[in-house]
Amino acid sequence: MGSYFSIAHWWSFASVRIPALYQRYPFAVLGAFILLAMIFIALFAPYLWTVDPQAVTPLNRLKQPSIEFWFGTDALGRDVYSRVMYGARVSLIVGISVALLSTLIGLAIGLITGFVRAIDAVVMRIMDGLMSIPSILLAIALMALTKASIENVIIAITLAEIPRVVRLVRSLVLTLREQPYVEAATASGTPLLKTLIRHILPNTMAPLLVQATYICASAMITEAILSFIGAGTPPNIPSWGNIMAESRSLFQIAGYLILFPSIFLSITVLAVNYLGDGLRDALDPRLSRRM
Amino acid sequence: MITNIKKSKTLLEVKDLCKHYPIRKGLFSRISGYVYAVDGISFTINEGETLGLVGESGCGKSTVGRTILKLIEPSRGEIIWRGERIDELSRSQMRPYRQQIQAVFQDPYSSLNPRMRSADIVSEPLRNFENLSKAQGRERVTALFERVGLRPDQMLRFPHEFSGGQRQRLGIARALSVKPKLIMLDEPVSALDVSVQAQVINLLEDLQREFQVSYLFVAHDLAVVKHISHRVAVMYLGRIVELAPTKELFARPSHPYTEALLSAVPVPDPKYQRKQIVLGGDVPSPINRPTGCHFHTRCPYAQERCKVEEPLLEEITPGHSVACHFKLNK
Amino acid sequence: MSSHNQHSGQVVLEVNDLRTYFYTRDGVVRSVDGMSFSVRQGETLAIVGESGCGKSVTSLSILRLIASPPGKIISGSIKFHGKDLLHLSDDEMRDIRGDKISMIFQEPMTSLNPVLTVGQQIGEVLELHRGCSRGQARHRALEMLKLVNIPEPESRIDNYPHQLSGGMRQRIMIAMALACDPEILIADEPTTALDVTIQAQILNLIRELRDRTRAAIILITHDLGVVAEMAQRVVVMYAGRKVEEADVLDLFERPLHPYTLGLLNSMPRLDDDSQKRLTEIPGMVPSLRTEIIGCAFAPRCSSASARCQTDSPTLQNIGNHHWVACWHPNEITTISTAR
Repeated sequence: MGSYFSIAHWWSFASVRIPALYQRYPFAVLGAFILLAMIFIALFAPYLWTVDPQAVTPLNRLKQPSIEFWFGTDALGRDVYSRVMYGARVSLIVGISVALLSTLIGLAIGLITGFVRAIDAVVMRIMDGLMSIPSILLAIALMALTKASIENVIIAITLAEIPRVVRLVRSLVLTLREQPYVEAATASGTPLLKTLIRHILPNTMAPLLVQATYICASAMITEAILSFIGAGTPPNIPSWGNIMAESRSLFQIAGYLILFPSIFLSITVLAVNYLGDGLRDALDPRLSRRM
Repeated sequence: MITNIKKSKTLLEVKDLCKHYPIRKGLFSRISGYVYAVDGISFTINEGETLGLVGESGCGKSTVGRTILKLIEPSRGEIIWRGERIDELSRSQMRPYRQQIQAVFQDPYSSLNPRMRSADIVSEPLRNFENLSKAQGRERVTALFERVGLRPDQMLRFPHEFSGGQRQRLGIARALSVKPKLIMLDEPVSALDVSVQAQVINLLEDLQREFQVSYLFVAHDLAVVKHISHRVAVMYLGRIVELAPTKELFARPSHPYTEALLSAVPVPDPKYQRKQIVLGGDVPSPINRPTGCHFHTRCPYAQERCKVEEPLLEEITPGHSVACHFKLNK
Repeated sequence: MSSHNQHSGQVVLEVNDLRTYFYTRDGVVRSVDGMSFSVRQGETLAIVGESGCGKSVTSLSILRLIASPPGKIISGSIKFHGKDLLHLSDDEMRDIRGDKISMIFQEPMTSLNPVLTVGQQIGEVLELHRGCSRGQARHRALEMLKLVNIPEPESRIDNYPHQLSGGMRQRIMIAMALACDPEILIADEPTTALDVTIQAQILNLIRELRDRTRAAIILITHDLGVVAEMAQRVVVMYAGRKVEEADVLDLFERPLHPYTLGLLNSMPRLDDDSQKRLTEIPGMVPSLRTEIIGCAFAPRCSSASARCQTDSPTLQNIGNHHWVACWHPNEITTISTAR
C-alpha cells in the first residue's frame, strides 16, 4: 500500500469515489467542479492570458468582443476579460470569508444561547431586531458608516448574516439537548462543557456546513448588489458587481459589459447552491439511522 | 413506613419524592396548574437487589428513575444515597456520585451518540472518572465488550452498525464501566424483540450476580419485572399503590389496581383461567387528578370513603405495603 | 376463546405462495417469501412473529396497500371468495377495502385524520360504500360508537382524534372498520401501542364484536399471550416464511418448530413461578436482503443438521391440522414451564 499522501493513492481514491458521487448527486459534483474552476481562476488570474485589469487605454474604448479582446473593452479601454478574471477574486474572497466568519460567530453565539436560558431571551431579541431589517439594507446602512473597502464589505455582510446562523444553531442545540444520548452523557458524569463539545457540537456541523454554502452564495450576490449601487467594493478594484455598475448606462450599446460578469456571477452562485443542496442530501441524518 | 426485610445494606433511600411540572398559560406565563408526575414516592433499594417499578403510561415511573439520578430536579422530598442526601446537590456537586449510580436507557437507537465509535461511547464514564492510559483504557473496554457478549473487533464501529439488542448491550457496558453500585434501567428491553429480550435479561441477571450491583428496573411489562425483580412497586398516577416482594405481590395482590393489572396481562396459554377484571374508563390525567384515592374512578370496589380520603401506604405484612382503605386478601 | 368449530366454515380468503419484495437501493428485501394460508368464515387466525418477519407486509399485501415503488407483489394469489384480488382493477379493489375487507392499524393517532371529527371519519366509510346520505351516515356512526362502548357517544361523535385517549381512538378505528359489516377484519398489532389495562378492554371488545358480527379476523401480533387469548388458529412466521401452523391449543401444547419452541421458552411468564433462567435463542434474525439458502432459522437452531443448510424445508402435515416446515421438528410434547 502506498503512503497516505502518495499521488497514486489519491488518484485511485478519486477515480472511484468521484464518479460514484457523480452518479448520486450529479448537480452537486458539477457545482463543486465549477466552484473549483472559479477558485483556480481567482488564484491564477495573472497567468490566464490577462493584462493589467486597471490598465487604462483610451484608444481601445468600447471595443466589441474580438480575438484581441475576448470580452471586449469598457468605457476606459480596460480589458473586460482581465477584469472579469480578477473580479473572481473579490467575489470568492467575500463569499468565503462571510461564510466562514458568520458561521463561526453565529455558532458561538447560538451554542451559548441554546444552553444558557438567561442570555437566550436577550440575545434572541437582538437577533430578531437585526433580522427584521432586510439584509441588503442593513449592509448598505453599515457601509454608509464606513469607507468603502473589501474588509468593510465583508464585515457588513457578515453582520447581516449572523442572526440566521444563530437561529439555526440555537434550534439545533435546543433539539440536541433533549436527545437521550445527551442525557446519557450527563448520567455518565460528563461535565457540561465537555457535553457541549463532544456531543452537541459534532451534530451541528452538517446543517451548518450546508447553511454556510448558502451564505456564501448569498454573500456573493449581496456584494454585487452593493458594488452595483456604489456602496461596496471600491471602484478601482474590479469585482463582478463593480464592472456591471460602471457599465450601467452603456447597457444598450455595449451589452457585453454586463453580460460577461453576470454570466460568471450567476454560474458561480448556481454552482454553490447546487453544492449546498448536494451536501444537504448527502449529510442527511437518515443515513446514520440505517440499521 | 416501609421496613427493610433484607439484612443487606441500604444503598438508596427515597422519602416522599415529588416532581411537579408547572403549566404556564397566558401572556405572562401564569401558572395555571401542575402536572403531578410524581407525588410522594418512598422506597429503599438494598445492595445486590432489584426493585421493579411498574405502571402504565403516565404513572410517573420514568420520571422517578430520572429524578433519582438527578437528571430531573426533584420538586420536593429526599434522596439519600448511602447515608448522604443528594437531592439538593448542584450539577457539579452531583458528578462524583455518578460513578456509583449509572443508567441504561430505553431507546437503543437514540441513547448512543450516532457519531461516536462504540468504544468511545462505552468508555465515556471511564474517561470521566478514572485516569487511565490509552492501553489500560483499551484493555478495560475490551473486557467490557466481552463481558456483555460483544466481539471486541467491533470496538471501532458506529452505533448504526449494530442491531437493537447489541446496542442495548453497549448501553449496559457503558453503565458497567465504572463499576457502579446501582443501575437505573428505564424500560431496557421494551424496544427489543422477544428472542433478544431473553438474551439481555439473562445478561443483566448474570451481571448482578457477578458484580453485586443493584437495579432499579422501570418497566411496564409485568412478566419481565416478575422474572428479574426481588421486590416490586406498583405505581398509579404518581403514587406507589403497592410495594411487596415479588412472589408475594404476584400471588397475593392487595391493591385493586394491582389485581386488575395482573389480570389484564395476556398469558401465553390458551387454557389459563383467571379472574378477568376489565377496568372501565381511561387513566385520568396527571393534571386533574381524582380526589381522595386517585384510583377510585376505575376501582370496582370503590366506596364513599375512597372519594374523599387519600389512603396512605401502610404495611400489612412485613415488607408488603398497600395504599388502600379496603385491602384485598386481608 | 370461542367455541367455534374452526374447520367447518367456508373458506373466505385463500393466500397462495405470496411473495412481496422491496427493491431498495441497498438490494432486494424479500419481506414475504412464499406465504400460504387460508381463513374461514368467522374464525380468528393469528399471524405471529417478531419484527421484520413479514407479517405486516402480508396483511398490507392482502389489501394491496404496498407502496409500489419500491415494493412489489411478485407472485402468488390472494383469492377472496374465489376471485384473485391481485387481478382486480384499482376501482374494484377500492370497493373491497373498508367494505368487504377492512383493517385496523397499530398507531391510532397516525391512522386517524387529525382534521376530521370521528363522526365524519366513520361516516365517510358509509357514504363511500353504502351510498348513505350525510344524515344517515351520522346516524349509523352513532350506532357504531355505541357498539364499541364509547361513553357519551352523542358528544364524542363531534370530537377530533386528539381529544380522545389512545384506547378510545382504537375503538374509533374498530368502529370505522366494522361500519360496513366486513367479512374479514385485519387487525395489525391493534393493542401493541396501548397500556395493558386498555389492551384488555380492546381485546375484550374485539371478542364481543366477533361473536356478534361473525367476521373472520386476521390478527397480526408479536405477543404470544394475545394469540393465546384471541386466536383459534395460529401461523408462525419467520424471515418471510411460514414455519408452523396449528390450532391454538395444539400450538401451545405441542410446538413443533424449534423457533416456536424457542419463543415460548424465552418469554418470561406471569404464570411461571419457577424463576428459571430464560432459554435464549442465540444470534439474530437474518437480513432479508440476501437470498436465504436452506432453512432461514438454521444458524440459530440447536437441532440444525447439514441438510438444513442446503434444503429449504417444506411444509409437512403432522396431522390434526398441524403443519410445520422443519427437517427436525421438536419431539418433546410439553414446554419447559412447571405447571
